[in-house]
Amino acid sequence: MSSKPLTKILGTVAAFAFATAAYAETELTVYTAVEAEDLARYAETFNASHPDIKINWVRDSTGVITAKLLAERDNPQADVIWGLAATSLLLLKSEGMLEAYAPAGVEALDPKFVDGDNPPAWVGMDAWVASVCYNTVEAEKNGLTPPTSWKDLTDAQYKGHVVMPNPASSGTGFLDVSSWLQMFGEEEGWAFMDALHGNIARYTHSGSAPCKLAAAGETTIGVSFAFRGAKSKAAGAPLDIIVPSEGVGWDMEATAIVAGTANLEAAQKLVDFTVTKEANEMYNTGYAVVAYPGVAKPVEHFPENLLDKMIENDFEFAANNRAAILKEWQGRYDGKSDPK
Amino acid sequence: MTDAAVPTPPSGKPIRGKLSRDDIIMRGSMIVIGLYLLVTMALPLYAMLSKSFSTYTFNLGAYEVQVSDETGANFSEPVSFAAMNAEMGVVSDSDLIAGSDGRLGVTQFFPDFSFRSPVMYRVRNTVDGGRFLVGSTLNEGTDWTELDSNTFRRVQLRPEKATGLGNFQAYFSTPALSNSIKNSVIIALISTVITVTLAFWFAYALNRSCMRFKGLFRLVAMAPILVPSLLPGIALVYLFGNQGMLKELLFGASIYGPIGIVIGSVFFTFPHAFLIISTALAISDARLYEASVVLRASPWRTFWTVTIPGARYGLVSAAFVVFNLVITDFGLPKVIGGQFNVLAVDIYKQVIGQQNFEMGAVVSVVLVIPAIVAFAIDRIVQSKQVALLSARSVPHAPTPHAAKDWSLFAFSSLIAVFILGMLGVCQFAALVKFWPYDLSFSLNNYQFDRMDGGGWGAYFNSIKMALLTAVIGTAVVFFGAYLVEKSNGFKTGRMLFQMFAMLPMAIPGMVLGLAYIFFFNNPENPLHFLYGTMAILVICTVTHFYTVSHLTATTALQQMDREFEAVSASLKQPTLKLFTRVTVPVSLPAILDISIYLFVNAMTTVSAVVFLYSPKTSLASIAVLNMDDAGDIAPAAAMGMMIFYTNAAARILHLVASRGIMARTQAWRGR
Repeated sequence: MSSKPLTKILGTVAAFAFATAAYAETELTVYTAVEAEDLARYAETFNASHPDIKINWVRDSTGVITAKLLAERDNPQADVIWGLAATSLLLLKSEGMLEAYAPAGVEALDPKFVDGDNPPAWVGMDAWVASVCYNTVEAEKNGLTPPTSWKDLTDAQYKGHVVMPNPASSGTGFLDVSSWLQMFGEEEGWAFMDALHGNIARYTHSGSAPCKLAAAGETTIGVSFAFRGAKSKAAGAPLDIIVPSEGVGWDMEATAIVAGTANLEAAQKLVDFTVTKEANEMYNTGYAVVAYPGVAKPVEHFPENLLDKMIENDFEFAANNRAAILKEWQGRYDGKSDPK
Repeated sequence: MTDAAVPTPPSGKPIRGKLSRDDIIMRGSMIVIGLYLLVTMALPLYAMLSKSFSTYTFNLGAYEVQVSDETGANFSEPVSFAAMNAEMGVVSDSDLIAGSDGRLGVTQFFPDFSFRSPVMYRVRNTVDGGRFLVGSTLNEGTDWTELDSNTFRRVQLRPEKATGLGNFQAYFSTPALSNSIKNSVIIALISTVITVTLAFWFAYALNRSCMRFKGLFRLVAMAPILVPSLLPGIALVYLFGNQGMLKELLFGASIYGPIGIVIGSVFFTFPHAFLIISTALAISDARLYEASVVLRASPWRTFWTVTIPGARYGLVSAAFVVFNLVITDFGLPKVIGGQFNVLAVDIYKQVIGQQNFEMGAVVSVVLVIPAIVAFAIDRIVQSKQVALLSARSVPHAPTPHAAKDWSLFAFSSLIAVFILGMLGVCQFAALVKFWPYDLSFSLNNYQFDRMDGGGWGAYFNSIKMALLTAVIGTAVVFFGAYLVEKSNGFKTGRMLFQMFAMLPMAIPGMVLGLAYIFFFNNPENPLHFLYGTMAILVICTVTHFYTVSHLTATTALQQMDREFEAVSASLKQPTLKLFTRVTVPVSLPAILDISIYLFVNAMTTVSAVVFLYSPKTSLASIAVLNMDDAGDIAPAAAMGMMIFYTNAAARILHLVASRGIMARTQAWRGR
């Protein structure tokens, strides 16, 4: 624990920091793509039962964290990955970067949320589900009617009013694209995206940005995920969260130990914690679908029919075709220089 | 004297002066700092260059496969995919070039393949270390793996490393990527023309008119230097975005794209252009103007034949500096560029978004070319500059002229309003609760710990990093400049050193940062322990801003006569004593200038450090970027303004400190 002179000025903060420092015996570097505002809560809950392990978070968007992990393949900096898309963990698994480990109590989880191998290379936490954030105030101003399906979004009235994440950098963007290809089939899927591209105002780097932009009225329609929409709505944004009728893509957040970690024991303790009922209740604050059966309670502002609309997601298809899909996507849409 | 008059010297080694202890120390130190530049710049750049030639290709010859008959037994002879491809031509050579995450499905080599058929397959690597996936499980051994048809369709080949021009071929044959070259150059050209024009008239107003409040205008013009280039982008979102206050002024055009980049570029490059042109306009010979009046030239003609030629070097230099700043800038197009791709952002997208480090290196190489060309032309032009003032010159003093003064005042006020307006908008946005639906004031946007980017810790990290950069950087740069300027002999060494010292100016920050990943994150590098530390951020920042600091130091040192060294040598005093007792105190103004320059730039830089920060060393400027990325624009504006206030405070402190120190150490300069 570094003792920066400036932290000392903030008396109470410093006292707190040194208090934790006194107990912390092991420090774990944990890579995550969980929303920043939840991290402190996650760490606190974990530290309530494990005060001797200190978590150092490295948070960034899914694409960035995945890139970082792959770049550090020969020199891993992370001990644990807690909260990264399963599609990304499959990529890491295929590079032999994950330490297989069956956390205590993993049997209790829904098998859909656990890696097929034994012992599993990763275990799921919760699912995050695509949704459309729709700003009612701006819609009225622009004279738009609410869309009900993905295909609706290609309607000419939405031209320039739709923002979606770039699938190359955003996990949310990629799950959208992969779900469209799975639902509509390759050919129809790309035809749909061609039409949608005509209406897109811009592609953002991060997956939560479209919804935040819709919340701020910078755009009317943001293709994002339900959790983000619910949060912005709770913050007072004039949003409707729309679940397209064809079905919505989703990915799960999952946990894994990085092979070669120097703190294996502490890492295992952390992963043990991540599958407990307590941890799943914690995930449930933001995510309507969690790995531990029977835990999930309805989340405020969450669209009700969301669970029924989740598609049968083929993670292996998504992981193994990721490079090819992104190449195709970029060839088609990234080169257009003007936001038309 | 003719040759014949010279007596031939006796044969043997030519006589050379004996090196004194001082010389050895100085040369040794110069080599140490030279090595520092080599390790922190030349070697990483080399690592990057070689990365751009490192490709991934599928080696079809490295895998063998056997197929059974319908009963699931009686396997065929092993055959490699290369042999099958030679026969059937399933994939072309260009399909075999891949990124590091490339995958090639194998069922396409079997035209009759059906995943329901009872046929069994066996597949293996022919050499150890080959790589194929079954589903997402990696197989590296040479043992046969037997799979049923349904599992066999999940087999994916992985590419292996090779060397060649494949990445460059892929780059130039992908319009999505290579279009950025055109975009970048056009944006840079337009911004250059606008900025230089505006900066010229502004500098003209300040140097050649009798308008009022010149000091104030000068102060305002320098403000953009104190903020990261991301900030004008954020201001533009609030001004001209879809909820913008002045959105109507764009007549329906979108600010996200070239328009936004150009306006923002004008904002952040303005002070640089203004400083250079102002220096050029500051001195002029009144006799030329008198002559022009005597010859009855119109003011218009005088302007074109006297004023402009007098400032031509300044104008050219300003143009290239602005061009270079715009084409290498990353923060602004990242925030406001929308779907308009430029080179610097492409590097970020390739590396951060797609894990394609090789392509990132290729774009870097492409970006370095215009940057180096602009830099080289600027250096050549500068070296041609001759003294405009001779001993007989009479300094030109502007005379009051109401119409001219007031119109220049109006123009300068517009510029000042533009600059202050951009900053004001950001501060306003940072204090508003929920733009545009709830305009009440709150400090919610300052709760950085609830956002991406590292929270308040990032802000304090930035100050720490900037202080370290200022102290260490100034020491290294000034001592290095001293050694180059004042040591004797050792010409080759000094020339090499000068070259190394000039190079960082031509290397865009994104390129330097990426090169650092390749160099320092290589586990075989003995220096890789630096990766992810504060030290690497400081080293990178010092190197990134080395050139300007070095030039400031050499200019100051050139003003000191070399006789100081001669005197100290004849008094048998070690040179280092002279350095600490005479040179440093005399050059204090320059040293302070270098340190504030490094401090301010360390606070605002994004491009060089964006690839290098770690969770413990997140920086305020990076936090602005990340918060904006996540859609938290208001907190990003809030953090951007924190950087502005910090830099402004540092400037004021610097001013006060220099006044005090000058009074104590520079009394000799006055009479």
